[in-house]
Amino acid sequence: MWEAIRRWFDPAELGSVGETPDYRFSLANERTFLAWLRTGLALVGGGLAAAQFLPPLPMSHLREVIAVALLLLGAAVAIRAVDHWSRTERAIRLGQELPASRFPAVLALAVGVGALLLVVAVLMRAVGEQ
Amino acid sequence: MSTGRDPGLQPERTRLAWRRTLLTVTVVSVLAVRLASTGDATGALIAGGTVLVWGALLVLCWPRGTGTGPARTGGRTLPLVTVGTVVLALLGVLLVLRGLW
Repeated sequence: MWEAIRRWFDPAELGSVGETPDYRFSLANERTFLAWLRTGLALVGGGLAAAQFLPPLPMSHLREVIAVALLLLGAAVAIRAVDHWSRTERAIRLGQELPASRFPAVLALAVGVGALLLVVAVLMRAVGEQ
Repeated sequence: MSTGRDPGLQPERTRLAWRRTLLTVTVVSVLAVRLASTGDATGALIAGGTVLVWGALLVLCWPRGTGTGPARTGGRTLPLVTVGTVVLALLGVLLVLRGLW
């Protein structure tokens, strides 16, 4: 794990493996990283928005739980983005297969399940108010 | 680098992606400062930290979003903006937990 983190911060080491590819591949890889980073930032922004704009929810501290979950998910997406960028760049330079990843599927499931749970919470409040 | 015509406009698209990222960072920072602004010392401290992180990300992203000609790729900027994003998320967690004390 520490080896991977050291690699993210060491562009010279990354530039020493394999061959320098067509710069357009590196730019495309970088844009993919940026798109994932913005996804992470959007989750962080969603957590911050939930903490200050959500009305009180039926379960105590549910608002805080949602906010912290979104914030930590955003941080995880950002870290995974740089790791995937680094491994993809290495694979391109070495002419290997691009790294496969279950992360997009897991993230989609997590967001989907979270949204469904929120729908349930909103309906519970609507029923409780009647 | 300049191998003539690039039908994909890759350097331009990458610069615009950096600009979008900086814009997103700014929106997130504004949300964090708003949440932190409750008038107490802890809030002021976290708001100050948020502004510092935003400044660092501005300095990191700006050169990548401007200029003409071939764009620079990779480098330490990518892991560093990741660190900035993670710090923003952790400051946000502090802000939410502070509300529970």
